[in-house]
Amino acid sequence: MKRLLTALFFFAALLAAWQIVVLSKVWSPVLVPSPASVGRYLWGALRDGTLEGSVLVTMKRLGLGYLIGLAVGVPLGMITAQFRPVRDTLGVLALGLQGLPSVCWVPLALLWFGQSEGAMLFVVVMGTLWSVILATESGVRNVNPIYVRAARTMGSRRLHTWVQVIMPASLPFIVSGMKQGWAFAWRSLMAAEIFVTILTGFGLGQLLHYGRELNAMDQVIGIMVVIVFIGLLADKVLFSPWESFLHRRWGTAK
Amino acid sequence: MTLQQELATSPSAKLSVKDVSKTFHTRGGRVQALDRISLNVNEGEFVCLVGPSGCGKSTLLNIIAGLETPDEGTVQTDGQPILGPGRDRMVMFQEPALFPWLDVFSNVMFGLKLKPGLSTAERKEVAQYYLKLVGLESFQHANIHELSGGMKQRVTLARAMAPNPRVLLMDEPFAALDALTREQLYGDLQRIWQERRKTIIFVTHNVREAACLGDRVVLFSPHPGRIREEFRVSLPRPRDINSVDLAEHATEIMRALKGHLRNSEVQE
Repeated sequence: MKRLLTALFFFAALLAAWQIVVLSKVWSPVLVPSPASVGRYLWGALRDGTLEGSVLVTMKRLGLGYLIGLAVGVPLGMITAQFRPVRDTLGVLALGLQGLPSVCWVPLALLWFGQSEGAMLFVVVMGTLWSVILATESGVRNVNPIYVRAARTMGSRRLHTWVQVIMPASLPFIVSGMKQGWAFAWRSLMAAEIFVTILTGFGLGQLLHYGRELNAMDQVIGIMVVIVFIGLLADKVLFSPWESFLHRRWGTAK
Repeated sequence: MTLQQELATSPSAKLSVKDVSKTFHTRGGRVQALDRISLNVNEGEFVCLVGPSGCGKSTLLNIIAGLETPDEGTVQTDGQPILGPGRDRMVMFQEPALFPWLDVFSNVMFGLKLKPGLSTAERKEVAQYYLKLVGLESFQHANIHELSGGMKQRVTLARAMAPNPRVLLMDEPFAALDALTREQLYGDLQRIWQERRKTIIFVTHNVREAACLGDRVVLFSPHPGRIREEFRVSLPRPRDINSVDLAEHATEIMRALKGHLRNSEVQE
């Protein structure tokens, strides 16, 4: 409760400071709109459904691409950890491509897929995949071999050992890889949406882009607030439960 | 098999190790860990393997566990050759090797779930029974990191006993514990062994520990690992590690061990 109040107080103070800057009229209201006008824009966008629609479009792109990235990345990471030739080839490739800022995939995706959902999906998958492969690989390679030996003496074999021992044992690594993959995918999708208009759906990035075109600073800031909010929500809903479970079980919490 | 039968019967097996040799190839060259080792262990017997590090006693344990294969020779339980790890031979390592992603109860259930012929409810009862046997029934929902070193080894013991193996293989399970906890566990292990009569092979480099626990103490010497001598300890149980009788036995074994070590140095 005290922590909640502290946070509330902090954000209220932030808003107040913003309002004071606006009232002091140092900058034009076109460049620094008031909190109220940003709120009005958001309320309007919420009422006429633009906000809801674009959040859905963006989350669908992100969610689908992210799930594909996970579904491909985790098994590939395990294979990479298990077989040396794969580690020397795919592992090196993953390391290299993970270092590539994922927005760099956008031009290639556009040439390959055109201005389509396919291009968006491709960018998100590329943003997710390499981090997840690398995190899973290092997770699996860091599993204490004694767990596997103990499991084998209890009658655990191949698939059972992978699913019941190696996967959960490398969970701390996999979760942090998932988190990183999410962050990369989110960034690259926003960049791609700002970059290109996809006619099959306007995402948050596109709203941001049109805000700039229309010189509508209340829209630009409003959408940025929404993007920040989604990022926070994803962290709290998707990753915090995992992390607190890991901390509790492994005893790594402070 | 019903639950009553499962808990009432406690099978144990005869072990026979015959002319087993094992050489490791390391960067530093060849190391002969075991040189034509032969050892017979009776059903329900408690045998301690003692020797300095590098004498191959852990290697022998791993071979019996099926985690490693011998270069030569055979190992049999009840006349059946050992082809790999199996539920009939459970292992306790020096490190607890408990799974940190499971709580205490689920750790004990891990091996039980892999054992066919029991219902889930029966498995749960078996797990409860063994947690009670090691005195940790009130800790079943605890996380592993919340346990002390001694409690962890008790859980490991419960987990190893729960699938009702014929043989229990223990590789210096108490070496990392403080002296007081260790003494407590000597008592517990003897009590549990008398209750559940398993064949136990116990590896240690602590002579007094060996004399306290074993019906028989087998001395190893290193480079290459060979069996040098055997001692029978027929003191009444439960034995107290601090008793004078035990100290006499331990001193005798220690003297023998030192003699063998000197001899093997001279040979080299």
